Amino acid sequence: MAAHLPYEYIYLRYKKKFPHVWCPGCGIGIIMGSIIRAIDSMNWDMNNILMVSGIGCTSRMPVYLDFNTLHTTHGRALAFGTGAKLANPDLKVIAVMGDGDSLAIGGNHLIHSARRNIEITTIIVNNSNYGMTGGQFSPTTPEGARTATTPYGMMEPGFDICNLAGASGAVYVARGTVYHVMELDKLITGALGKEGFSVVEVLAPCPTNFGRANRLGDAVKMMESLRDETITIAQAEKLPPEQKEGRIIRGVFLDRDDQEGYTARYERLCSQAAGEVSPE
Amino acid sequence: MSGVPWGETRLVQGNEAVALGALAAGVDFFAGYPITPSTEVAEVLAKEMPLIGGKWIQMEDEIASISAIIGASLAGARTLTATSGPGFSLMQEGLGYACMTEVPVVVVNVMRAGPSTGLPTQVSQGDVMQARWGTHGDHPVIAIAPCSIAECFYMTIKAFNLAEMFRTPVILLPDEVIGHMRERFTFPLREEVQVLPLSEPNVPVEWYEHYHQTASGVSPMARFGKGYRFHVTGLTHDVHGFPTRRIDEVVPKMNRLKQKITRRLDDLEQNDLHGVDESRLTIFAYGSVYRSAMAARDILAKKKKKVGVFRPVTIWPFPDRTVKEKLDDKDVVVVCELNQGQLIHEVERLTSDSVRVVPLQRYDGYGITPEQIVSKVMEVM
Repeated sequence: MAAHLPYEYIYLRYKKKFPHVWCPGCGIGIIMGSIIRAIDSMNWDMNNILMVSGIGCTSRMPVYLDFNTLHTTHGRALAFGTGAKLANPDLKVIAVMGDGDSLAIGGNHLIHSARRNIEITTIIVNNSNYGMTGGQFSPTTPEGARTATTPYGMMEPGFDICNLAGASGAVYVARGTVYHVMELDKLITGALGKEGFSVVEVLAPCPTNFGRANRLGDAVKMMESLRDETITIAQAEKLPPEQKEGRIIRGVFLDRDDQEGYTARYERLCSQAAGEVSPE
Repeated sequence: MSGVPWGETRLVQGNEAVALGALAAGVDFFAGYPITPSTEVAEVLAKEMPLIGGKWIQMEDEIASISAIIGASLAGARTLTATSGPGFSLMQEGLGYACMTEVPVVVVNVMRAGPSTGLPTQVSQGDVMQARWGTHGDHPVIAIAPCSIAECFYMTIKAFNLAEMFRTPVILLPDEVIGHMRERFTFPLREEVQVLPLSEPNVPVEWYEHYHQTASGVSPMARFGKGYRFHVTGLTHDVHGFPTRRIDEVVPKMNRLKQKITRRLDDLEQNDLHGVDESRLTIFAYGSVYRSAMAARDILAKKKKKVGVFRPVTIWPFPDRTVKEKLDDKDVVVVCELNQGQLIHEVERLTSDSVRVVPLQRYDGYGITPEQIVSKVMEVM
């Protein structure tokens, strides 16, 4: 019987953890599946994987996975992860965060982790609002959208996660959706392969809060919107500007190998320092 | 200079002694953010740690610093951060996280005058209550306050040992005068320093409980990357570290957090008592003020006035038993503090109405002088 189960189950903690906390129609479970498949393709030792998260719906992910797992304070996943990675560079550190967690309360840590190019794979689940607290606006809520705290529509412009990460120094930046799962597997695998700071933004539906507040339909309808409203980089290149208006672009925006990771750089600094200070 | 100058005699600054004490204790991870008057701790370690393969990082703020040392500690490092008032405020959520998740870390808070930016370069003891109750919720705290350069060195080592023994954050509370003053200090020989090894689980992986219930309330802790694959969360958790709301798991966790400190007060409590039993009046002082208290005691002795000095070395847990035992029969206790009255409330709580508890407080950014203590004593004696 067990032999016929999907291999994803190898990575799940079964005792006392399920059912999970996520709402019906939430996209986070699909992303967890993608992360598992991507990790599986890397052939890493589970003992060397550290999954770190902050606070929010996405940040509940680590408890279900059979790695070293660290569920931290709101916004601080990357700061905890930086400490763990630098203390033990053998750890493969994966940070999972929501849009509010990573861009609002944790925005400072995101840009500085990118600037340092610390070897952490960062998965940001963007569902356009704070789901766990009941659907308040986040730094990625689209202008005009209704949330529990934007009853008259969102008036602030949002962050473009990929532009922000790339401009701050990340070496790999990609955007996928929970509708395009096979593509998402590849994007996350690409991110895991980097020896530096990599960011994958994943668009996901929050039918319970954001969907309901904006009459976007049920979970299936929201998934279909992800299919219809996004295009790949290749598609975008072929389209005239007026047809690209309002479409969100998926794909790998940045993938560079010319920047050394932080822990590698630190190791070099140690040898250099030892050379500079001659023995007395 | 490079490393700890074992066995040598030097003129050493307080913050420098803290950094060298940390090196003596085998610190291998420091994360911090520059703030007066604690920066020398970070500066000395920035120079020393790369030379011994230690990890040193300047984070983007104090929140990131405390987060990084907790992450590093879980990944197998002996960790330290150093800060002062405003930075200590920013660290409070992280401190609570370390209390809840039972991660050993050492936090140095060189106390400066507040509130807010206050008097950044000047002395205060205004953070003793913040050290106790700064983070939200009931939680255990260990805080110790050095009063000399030797103590900056030895108490930093002790802070690391206590953090490991109790699996909890330990706060070192020098005030600015202690952090910035210099004294002659003879470093011990390497073999004279005792450092507890980092704990390791003594059971196979499948038997391991990250928060195993033991008689002492503390169980050996596994680190990430060693095969144990445990979960850590700030949510209230069961013995494995998994979130729980079950009353039969929440209450034992909360009780254990408290009792791991209260059941081992003998291992924690440390006081310096001078002539307390032989006098009707006792001066209660800690940190740099203790030095003035001792000088005042000498001046008063020359005037044929006998007074005692009571100094709590361990500030938290507060030495309830000893204060009650030693001070409850006094006529007068003069509580000298560089704040508007913080530990005085603890002394009042523990003494009967027959004891006059008199404050001597200074909060203008300057220390309490021996002369001030002498005149206060003459006034109330």
